[in-house]
Amino acid sequence: MIEVKELRRRFGPVVAVDGISFSVGRGQVLGLLGPNGAGKTTAMRMLACFIRPDSGTASVCGHDILKDPLGARRSLGYLAENSPAYGEMTVGGFLNFICDVREIKGAARKARLDQIVPMCSIDSVYHQSIETLSKGYKRRVGLAQALIHDPQVLILDEPTDGLDPNQKHDVRRLITEMGKDKCIIVSTHILEEVEAICSRTIIVARGKVLVDSTPKQLKEKHHASLEEIFRTITKMKKSA
Amino acid sequence: MNSFRAVFKRELKSYFATPLAYVFLVIFLFFAGYLAFFHEKFFEMRQADMQPFFMNLPLLFIFMVPATAMRLWAEERKVGSIELLFTLPITIRQAVLGKFMAAWAFLGIALALTFPMILTVAYLGDPDGGLILTGYLGSFLMAGGFLAIGCFFSALSKNQVIAFVLSVVACAILVFAGMPTTLNYLSTFLPAGLVEATKGISFQEHFESLQRGVVQFKDLAYFVLLIVGWVAACTVILDERKAS
Repeated sequence: MIEVKELRRRFGPVVAVDGISFSVGRGQVLGLLGPNGAGKTTAMRMLACFIRPDSGTASVCGHDILKDPLGARRSLGYLAENSPAYGEMTVGGFLNFICDVREIKGAARKARLDQIVPMCSIDSVYHQSIETLSKGYKRRVGLAQALIHDPQVLILDEPTDGLDPNQKHDVRRLITEMGKDKCIIVSTHILEEVEAICSRTIIVARGKVLVDSTPKQLKEKHHASLEEIFRTITKMKKSA
Repeated sequence: MNSFRAVFKRELKSYFATPLAYVFLVIFLFFAGYLAFFHEKFFEMRQADMQPFFMNLPLLFIFMVPATAMRLWAEERKVGSIELLFTLPITIRQAVLGKFMAAWAFLGIALALTFPMILTVAYLGDPDGGLILTGYLGSFLMAGGFLAIGCFFSALSKNQVIAFVLSVVACAILVFAGMPTTLNYLSTFLPAGLVEATKGISFQEHFESLQRGVVQFKDLAYFVLLIVGWVAACTVILDERKAS
């Protein structure tokens, strides 16, 4: 459902994403793993059609991100790095705005809100303005925003960042649950998370794909914990 | 179209969700009244028209409109909500127009709230209704022009203060270019054609003729071109810079 072909993007002299290709199908939860500045966020931003690639392309549910960015955006849910939102709005007002843009109306809107709000456990802050929320709640509002139109493809940039252990557990369970019939890309640098939720993992560093495998296979092949593997692979590249 | 409406609605509501709208409206209404009654000596003129009110609007707008416009994109980029906005199914043009129209509607509300001025002149005498109407039309169009300029500078800089200062300067140039003192000075060393051209690009010239009740195609075209041009430039700049 996601096809990425030779995506490349540079910011001035820095090559953020250097020709990555992969594809993800339905029922897969892909963990995008890498050190800081590896190009994970840039790659996700390109997939969500926020920035254009310098070369290469990708498609989301058959919509090319260059030729049909609106179609691609319509079919995906995207949670950005710091879950940006409009601070002065209430959670309810904000979610209604997203519904307005995504053209979810009337009874359908009510049904979606009734489902999503408890799912992301934001019922208690529904009438509160977003700027007064703690980081964890903001993150969950961002997640609710990404899920509201029941997208087939989810792109989540560090979805558990800033959550407490209980919330982390809840969000992971939610992702595993949804992963059964959706296509999800999660970026993270928490390795236990990859083991817990991802059916596949890609390690990127300096904008390149270093490893494309499953957490299980990786461990079997290297006879080590994911953390050690991660360190060896990303450091090896650095010294080379 | 739906996305445009959604952005418009959200933006207009957001003015009233913060103290911004109320602070702006109070200050604007105070000064609009003050300048008309005390600076222009409304009562001493013993004339039931709104000339003293409209005359000072350009000066007031130089500060007030950029103050409304500065947050439009600068804030969005600073907070990062632009990443949310442009990963929703919205085109840049819809978003720019939605926000611009919302801010313009807000300024329209501010202008509409000066209605006690109309009541005052209607009570004191028998004013020319057409003159008042074209005066308001001119003021609204001028507000749109200032706003389009402010919108552009807001997209140019992430910093609201910079956006504000740049748009105040740009608006001030366009207002003062048409003042008689400026034109007199320019005519001492510029050929007459260039002085005429300077007069032509200034707000003053086109606003004044509307104030006098003359609705000319060239004045309307001036404002429309100004607004379309700056808003289009804003769209281009935003497309370039949204992610930086």
